[in-house]
Amino acid sequence: MTFWDFVADRWNRLVGEALLHVSAVVQCTVLAAAIGVGIGIAVHRSPLGSAVATALTSAILTIPSFALLGLLIPVLGLGAPPTVVALVLYGLLPIVRNTIVGLNGVDTSVRDAARGIGMSRAGVLTRVELRLAWPAILAGVRISTQMLMGIAAIAAYARGPGLGVEIFAGLTRAGSANATNQAIAGTLGIVILALLLDGIFALVGRYTVSRGIRGE
Amino acid sequence: MASEIELIDVTKRYPGTGQPAVDSVSMTIPAGEIVVFVGPSGCGKTTTMRMINRLIEPTSGRITIDGEDTLSLDPDRLRRGIGYAIQQAGLFPHLTVGQNVGMVPGLLGWDKTRSSDRVDEMLDLVGLDPGDFRDRYPRQLSGGQQQRVGVARALAADPPVLLMDEPFGAVDPITRGNLQDELMRLQAELRKTIVFVTHDFGEAVKLGDRIAVLGPQSRILQYDTPEQILANPADDTVAGFIGAGASLKQLTLLRVREVELSKAVTASVTDDPADIRAKLTEAGRGFALLLDDRGRPVSWVHARTPGRPTPVGDSVTLQSTLQDALEAILTEGGAAVVTGSRGEYVGLVEIDTVMSTVRRLREEAGA
Repeated sequence: MTFWDFVADRWNRLVGEALLHVSAVVQCTVLAAAIGVGIGIAVHRSPLGSAVATALTSAILTIPSFALLGLLIPVLGLGAPPTVVALVLYGLLPIVRNTIVGLNGVDTSVRDAARGIGMSRAGVLTRVELRLAWPAILAGVRISTQMLMGIAAIAAYARGPGLGVEIFAGLTRAGSANATNQAIAGTLGIVILALLLDGIFALVGRYTVSRGIRGE
Repeated sequence: MASEIELIDVTKRYPGTGQPAVDSVSMTIPAGEIVVFVGPSGCGKTTTMRMINRLIEPTSGRITIDGEDTLSLDPDRLRRGIGYAIQQAGLFPHLTVGQNVGMVPGLLGWDKTRSSDRVDEMLDLVGLDPGDFRDRYPRQLSGGQQQRVGVARALAADPPVLLMDEPFGAVDPITRGNLQDELMRLQAELRKTIVFVTHDFGEAVKLGDRIAVLGPQSRILQYDTPEQILANPADDTVAGFIGAGASLKQLTLLRVREVELSKAVTASVTDDPADIRAKLTEAGRGFALLLDDRGRPVSWVHARTPGRPTPVGDSVTLQSTLQDALEAILTEGGAAVVTGSRGEYVGLVEIDTVMSTVRRLREEAGA
């Protein structure tokens, strides 16, 4: 069976897994963004806090994904919970770091003017600082998404959802019929999905970053 | 609409520092006047100003606006009632010019129509065409235009008090001069209470109704009108800060009507050149000024060539500054013609008069 025959034969199943894969990545990225931006806001004023947050989130990234999943399974069991926890943890670093960089990049005179004309602290954060940091935050989220697309494949090891299932099945059955096709279909699917999501991010940036600060 | 601001024993001490940044400052800023805080960098002038709108909280002391203690108000609410303009304008780069100017009215809950009418009015006021500028972003403006927008934003909610922290510090000298003129024009119309911080004494003299010369820890070295400070600096530090150009700066404060005018030999344009020559010989002068039938200066004639007059170029009025007079003298040569309210001849300012005034000022300053 050629690769294309294989894809045609398993089309429905592959599409289903692709949807699950994207859905898991997107949901975990959203969660990671919420947590990461929150951490960034909390620590960005303190150099020490920023250093600690960046170091911790970097440390998470150094744990091999297999190992992290392996450690999570005894605690959280198989399936979605360990997958979600692992993906969210891995997605934090770029978001936390870019949030800190973005917020610290806001011109002091702009912050001063915002306070000086009578904006509340929350107002300055939501109406000025986060808007100005948004391109950096968005870039962080975009990097996280790309990273998580790949890492999510490994989640199949913990019986997580997605195209990783195909890759793992292919690898464990190496040598038997269609094993290679299966692994390639999973990998290729992930690459295509990653490119699609990246395109969507470019569009989101286009429509959510103010023309006044867009670099063009 | 303007308010009096009073600072009573205001002190700011940062934790972990020996000396206070601002040490027990007391002063009254009269309603409707521009008071300029001037002093070397790091003297605490900005800190003092920022305590008025509580961007910096005083460690002790009281600040009242129209008798009301600012510490009794919610700081955000207080600031919405005080215009704030700073160096480099501090415009929100992600918002359009219109959104920037409309920010405070928005915070105060004005409705959309009132807010946007006000935005256009303010842009007009600072000399920017609303149709052209409202929808631009700050980065599409020149430095001077950004400062204008900054001033428009500060004025948008019609606050009685305006704080300006070196608002023209980051633009080129010519633009700065224009912006200063503009501010004086606005102030003549609006009569706000303006606290203006600068390290440029020339700017202080030009803009200030009063100047507070501040020393270290914001100690008030002298608080007076520009005229008084230039003429009678309180001490050597103030004199040093005023700088060598003090007498020349003072020329911008003195009006032509305040100096003694000299008299020219005058004649009517219809007079016979021979008569004019006779008149000049009698007076022992070289030039005569010819006036028309309504007493307005027309031209100069020289005793040797009474038939060939040269037209009067620059003239000054009684309201002109001595600086203007000096410029007219330099272009005219020897003396500037002074005219009254209807353009009639009233006298001459001669170079000797200006020189002796400069000398007198210098002696007074040295005394």
